[in-house]
This record gives sequence, C-alpha cells and structure tokens, in this order.
Amino acid sequence: MSVPVRVRNLEKNFGRYPALRGVSLNVEAGELVALLGPSGSGKTTLLRAIAGLEQPDAGQVLFGDIDANSLSLRERRIGFVFQQYALFKHMKVFDNIAFGLRARPRASRPSEAAIKAKVLELLHLVQLDGLEARYPAQLSGGQRQRVALARALAIEPRVLLLDEPFGALDARVRKDLRKWLRELHQRTGHTTLFVTHDQDEAFELANRIAILDHGRIEQVGTAAEILDRPATPFIDSFIEGIARRNADQQSREWTKPHVVVSR
Amino acid sequence: MAMSDRFLPLAHAPERATSETAFTKVVLIGIAVLFLVAILFLPLVTVFVEALRKGWGTLFENFGDPDTLSAIRLTLLVAAIAVPFNAVVGLAASWCIAKFEFKGRNLLLTLIDLPFSISPVISGLVYVLLFGAQGWLGPWLSAHDIQIIFAVPGIVLATVLVTFPFVARELIPLMQSQGTSEEEAALMLGASGWHTFFKVTLPNVKWALLYGVLLCNARAMGEFGAVSVVSGHIRGLTNTMPLHIEILYNEYNFVGAFAVASLLTGLALITLLAKTLLEWRFAGELAAKAHRH
Ligand SMILES: Nc1ncnc2c1ncn2[C@@H]1O[C@H](COP(=O)(O)OP(=O)(O)OP(=O)(O)O)[C@@H](O)[C@H]1O
Ligand SMILES: [Mg+2]
Repeated sequence: MSVPVRVRNLEKNFGRYPALRGVSLNVEAGELVALLGPSGSGKTTLLRAIAGLEQPDAGQVLFGDIDANSLSLRERRIGFVFQQYALFKHMKVFDNIAFGLRARPRASRPSEAAIKAKVLELLHLVQLDGLEARYPAQLSGGQRQRVALARALAIEPRVLLLDEPFGALDARVRKDLRKWLRELHQRTGHTTLFVTHDQDEAFELANRIAILDHGRIEQVGTAAEILDRPATPFIDSFIEGIARRNADQQSREWTKPHVVVSR
Repeated sequence: MAMSDRFLPLAHAPERATSETAFTKVVLIGIAVLFLVAILFLPLVTVFVEALRKGWGTLFENFGDPDTLSAIRLTLLVAAIAVPFNAVVGLAASWCIAKFEFKGRNLLLTLIDLPFSISPVISGLVYVLLFGAQGWLGPWLSAHDIQIIFAVPGIVLATVLVTFPFVARELIPLMQSQGTSEEEAALMLGASGWHTFFKVTLPNVKWALLYGVLLCNARAMGEFGAVSVVSGHIRGLTNTMPLHIEILYNEYNFVGAFAVASLLTGLALITLLAKTLLEWRFAGELAAKAHRH
C-alpha cells in the first residue's frame, strides 16, 4: 500500500551551512517523482531527511496524514536504495534480500519457508534468478543495484527513495535499467522519489520533476511544463543540456495520462 | 606491511623499479638475513636449547615445581580475565569512536593510545598510588579488607590497562573505513540496534577483532613491567610466568628459568602461528574488498 509523502518547509543545516532551505514537495501516492539538481544542491540530504536518517532543523515530513517524527525508522517502512548500494558484503544475495524480513520482531516474522518464497519472487522480479548464492562482490554494478532494490522491496515499503540509483553505471546499462525501473514502477505502483543529476533520466522516467538548487526547490512540474516554461533563469540554463528535439518528443510520450497500478 | 604490498601490481610492472646489480642485491639480502638470524632466531633457539640442557626429564621436573605451576596458573587466569574484558570494552569503544560523532571523541582516541605511549612501569605505579596501602583509596580498601596491590586483582588491573589498546587499535581504522552505510541500510530495513550490531557491524570486523584479541593475549601473558610493580613477587601467590622466570634467573637456576621461558615462548609461538593463519585469511578478505569499488 502506497502513501503520499508531503514535505513542508524542511530546513537542515550542517554547522553553519544550510543544506536545505525551506523545501516543500508533495509526492502523490503511486507517483514517480525525480529530484534533479547540480551536485551539492541537497538532494541526498532531502532524501535522508525524509527517510529519518537525518534530523531536520525545522519543517515537517508527513506520510499520508501521519507526522514522520512520530514514527520509528521501522514504522516508516521506507525502501531506501543508497547511492553506493550499501549491500551487506558478508552476506549472500539471498540473505541480503531476506534481511528486512528476518529483522522483524518474532511475532510478525514470516517463516523461513515464506521468506524463501518471497526472496525468490523478488529475485525473479529484478531478473536475477539463480544468483541468490553469490556474494555482492561477485556481481556486476547493475546486478548489485537490482539486489539493493530487491532488498528494499522485500519489506513491502510504502515509499521508495532511490539515491542516484544508476549513478555509478555506464550509459548502456543505465538505459536498460531505466526502462526496467519504469516498468517495475508501473507494475508495483510505489510512491517513488528518486534522485539523479542526469536530466535525460529524470525527463524520461518521472511523472513529475522537482529541480533543486542550493537547498531550494526551484520548480516542480511535468517535463513539458518545465521545458516550455522554465521558472527561473537557473532552470533555463540547467535544462539547456537536453537536446530539445529529443525532449519534446519524450515529454509528449511520458506526460500523457499515466495509469498507476496500485497493489 | 605484508597487507599493503598485496596491492602492488608486481606481475605487471613494465620495468623493474630498482636498478641495483645482482651483487648488491645478494649483499643486501644477506645482511638482512644475517641480522634476523642473530637478533631473532638465535635467541629463540637458545631458549629451547638452554631449557633442554639437562634433558627432557629435568625440564618436566621443573614444570612440576609447585611455584612454577602456580605461576603458570596465574598467567593463564590473568589472560583469561584481561583478554575477554578488553575484547568487549575495546569493541564497544571502537564502535562509539568509529560510528558516531560526539564531543570528546578525539580525547577518547588519545586515551586509548595512552597505555602504548607511557612506560608499563608507570602504569603499574599509578595503581600503587591509587590502591596501595599509602595510596588514595588505600585506607578505605584496608578498612573493608580488600587487597588489590600485591594481590591478583592488581595484577589483573595492570594487565588490562597495558593491553587495552590492542583490540581498539585493530578495529577503529577498519570500522572508520567501512563507514556507517551498511548500518543505515539495516536500520532502514527495520532492524533494531542490536540486530544491526550483531548481524552487520560485528561480522564485518570479525577477523580484525580476532587478530586484536590474539595480540592482546600475547601481551597479557608476557607483560612484565606493570605487573612487576603491583605484584609484590610473592612466590606461589602473585608471580606470573615472566616474573617467575626473572626470580629463577636471579637465583642462578638457569635450567629452571629457561624451562619456564620455553613454555612462555611456546605459548607466544602458538599465538603467532594463529595470528599468521588469520592474517592469511584476513588479507584475502581485504583484497576481496578492494575489488568491490
Ligand atoms: N554530513 C554532512 N556534514 C556537513 N556537510 C554536509 C553533510 N552532508 C552534506 N553536506 C553538505 O550539504 C550540501 C548538500 O549535500 P547533498 O549530499 O545533499 O548534495 P547532493 O545534491 O546529493 O549532491 P550530489 O549530487 O553530489 O550527490 C553539500 O554542500 C554538502 O557539502
Ligand atoms: Mg547525493
């Protein structure tokens, strides 16, 4: 079950450096929003603040109607995929994916048989059948990325937060995974916020795009809206990198009414 | 160190890094080997040769001596207390220092290194000043009939202090280099703090921990200075193996001294062997990690 995420006036300072300066953003249930922005603009910080890994100095995060502050990390049920995967190096792929299920308190922990079935199902979903006995070191970058995603999906998250999921991969693999992630999202319908600093990726994948600069959201909108009416000179220069003829065609394709399958 | 040169691509070196002639090389290697034999190997052999001078029979007779037996027991007892204690406390301290930011972190780091940088004799004296009859807590302790100095508790305390850095020193750099991302991942997946520690943090440092424990053990059994100050040298009661060896030696009982010395050396060699085996295993894991980035 997916819930909407509402971020209100979030502020976060590291020492005297303001990393987030009043960020507000809504991600609707089942929506896929891309968080775009130059390096150091606060994308990771925003994601971590939503996840609860960083305590904001001011502002509020709501999951549905519930204030995130009243929820423990476990209760938030967030699937977080880290930029550097953060797979458990000493565990096999199987145990990595099973980790979230096994970590549950005894009362709500599934049986080993149920865990096994779930893990194999997830492996199939991320197209890694047969690799459950490998260690993360024995996988390619793209495979590790998908294990990280499967691990996050195992806890049946209500929200998915992906930090530059394809950041470390080469262009070809990125393209494949992009397509795959879009299909996965259409099938599973998680509320998803994903960070990238690849404009093409953002414009191709997302329902809406939020552009962050210096800890502020400069514009939120569909690809067409942003391309047609950039809100600030910064946005204008920032999206210049995109080949407009491509983007025009893509934006038509990806902003048409979008059926979100809920679970 | 052996671990760092694993990463040098020796096999693919396009040309030799050194240009010494074969003759220079032989001379240099020869000097190094001679040096090692003279400084390390010969004394080691001497210990065993001296111990066996009067034959195996005398050697075992010496082990049967009640004072010797008591020294062996005491050394094993002290190690059995000090090593687990330092393993647990060292692990906890490393965890705090490596995974959290807090005020006083650097002070703690310095404190951990302190036993390495001051003379063990001073470590021992500190305890005498604290717990001795004339010390700060002396009157209170004697009023409650508690004896620390010139008794087993003092020896244990001194050993704990001197051997504290070994485990923490092994763990802190490794834990720092590993960062907190795996722990954060575990927490996001709903794991409790304990679950995270035992399933993620601990397995990631287990070899380094074992390695630190072995070093700590070697030192705990061999410590002389600090223990000598607090022990009081009561035969059959507060003499550890190193202290006992010194006494025997000072009494011109060379065979007895070398007999105990050979046993202590044997224990050290076993520790060394275990350490080498671990290093071998551990280096493999380190190398595997290096490929992961
Ligand atoms: N733990 C921290 N301590 C101090 N400063 C930090 C910390 N984390 C982030 N910052 C600073 O906050 C700002 C935003 O960082 P953040 O990681 O959110 O950027 P980002 O948008 O994710 O960048 P990138 O695209 O390079 O990943 C940066 O200037 C960074 O230096
Ligand atoms: Mg980032």
